[in-house]
Amino acid sequence: MGIELSKVYAVWLREVKRFTNSKSRMIGSLGQPLLFLVALGGGLSALVPTFNYQAFILPGILAMSLLFTSIFSGVSIIWDREFGFLKEMLVAPASRETIVIGRTLGGATTAILQGIVILALGILITGVPIPSIVHLGAMFVLMVAFSCFLVAVGIAIASLVQEVETFQLIMNLLIMPLFFLSNALFPMNQMPGWLSTLSQLNPISYAVDGLRLLLIGQGSFPLMLDVAVVGISLAASLGVASYLFSKTSI
Amino acid sequence: MQAIHVKDLVKRFNGFTAVDGISFDVNEGELFGLLGPNGAGKSTTIYILTTIIGQTSGSAAVNGFDIRTQPDGVRKSIGIVFQDPTVDTRLTAYDNLDLHGRLYGMDAKARKERIKEVLELVELTEWKDKMVRTFSGGMRRRLEIARGLLHTPKILFLDEPTLGLDPQTRRHIWSYIEKLKKEGITIILTTHYLEEADYLCDRVAIIDHGRIRVMDTPKKLRNSIGGSVVSIGSSDPNKLCQLLKKNGLCDGSKINEDIVSFNVKDGAKMVPKIMQLAMEGGISVESIEVHLPSLEDVFLHYTGSSIREEAGGEGEMKRRMMAHGH
Repeated sequence: MGIELSKVYAVWLREVKRFTNSKSRMIGSLGQPLLFLVALGGGLSALVPTFNYQAFILPGILAMSLLFTSIFSGVSIIWDREFGFLKEMLVAPASRETIVIGRTLGGATTAILQGIVILALGILITGVPIPSIVHLGAMFVLMVAFSCFLVAVGIAIASLVQEVETFQLIMNLLIMPLFFLSNALFPMNQMPGWLSTLSQLNPISYAVDGLRLLLIGQGSFPLMLDVAVVGISLAASLGVASYLFSKTSI
Repeated sequence: MQAIHVKDLVKRFNGFTAVDGISFDVNEGELFGLLGPNGAGKSTTIYILTTIIGQTSGSAAVNGFDIRTQPDGVRKSIGIVFQDPTVDTRLTAYDNLDLHGRLYGMDAKARKERIKEVLELVELTEWKDKMVRTFSGGMRRRLEIARGLLHTPKILFLDEPTLGLDPQTRRHIWSYIEKLKKEGITIILTTHYLEEADYLCDRVAIIDHGRIRVMDTPKKLRNSIGGSVVSIGSSDPNKLCQLLKKNGLCDGSKINEDIVSFNVKDGAKMVPKIMQLAMEGGISVESIEVHLPSLEDVFLHYTGSSIREEAGGEGEMKRRMMAHGH
């Protein structure tokens, strides 16, 4: 059984409806990124007056928001297992790939909706000039690929892990290191050597770098490299997620 | 053609045998019951037949499709109402049904019509746009039944359909099941409520420790264990039991919490004799009851234990173990 688009749409629609049904979740998820941008960005900007630090971290904060929301969206399969809904999905005549792709697109949609709000507010707060349509379009494509990659990572984790209690562990051992060991908050060329090495191995850095190039014209890598790393990460994570999800048990 | 054909089905989890070589057939249009305590292997059997988990050995066909090689054919033929809730509580009732219809490949028109029908059947029409998390347990179960029927399956699996529901809601759900039966759908249900199996099922298989002990119509099962059941409450059931055996009044008696019960042809006529023997033997008799065999007696007879005393506890643990796979 291959991938059926109408069923991909069904799974996508569920994710989006769940999200729009939960107004508090929509608003609550904006709080943390904006706090980082305003407090951390504002505070550190005052330390380095020659450098618009707030504008520098805006792409990093955008990536952070996508990172958190996307991985948690994928990992929420653990909740579906806990609350039984996973059974409904697994006995339906829909292939596992169909379910993985539907969930990935659904999770990415909600993450990107939030990302767009943060980008808009961020541009207002930092005073960064609004990029051209072409640049915005390119940013959107990069955000979609980046977000899908992370949702798929979340699905892969949820397919392996059974307990809801591991949520906190995933947060501390995966998401936080991915964020802090990247170029989201610090310029790569001014990092200590060890941190620079780690962040060059971190795919998050390439998404941040690409977004930063497109938004404020600063970057450490060529845009094509950024796009290639995100694209390869997406393909690999989708493959792994499909495989692991097909082996998952209720 | 048989709706379900099961042959020598076995399922082991890490050395624990949940299903231990069961075989049965379910005819088209039949309401077939698997009766047994929690942990007996009922849900595991349902999980295997609905392609959620694979069997260790043995074979089964559902609506003519082999569960191992043609799982997609099986899935399209069946509707399932699980023991534990599986509706999405963060969607409305309507959206839950709509999602199900889409996953089963129903087109927009068929979905709309059928959702209306099933909502009417389970009397949830006026609640259709409410979030499921605001629903009571009984309403959720009704929604699950509606969902299981949405794609007009040939065979409906009901895993403990009335577990944890109050008696009134249980009656309600029984009436839906009876309605479905009249429409000719094949139903296989699991239960550990004896009265449920007795009331609803055309045929019942009593399952215990992964094996089918006996299988027949409820009436034949009740008749199979003798004309009547005598239950005697006593402070010293063991001694009473020995006394009765010595005098040839019964051969196979069971003791369950101070109650000695056994099957005889004509229990009423034996009461005076029992009383006399007990008085002579100095055993106090607190109660004595003669009744026609119920499925409870049948269960006790074939498994050697009461169905109620095994509910929960160990069975619950096994079920959790299984739910988590590994």
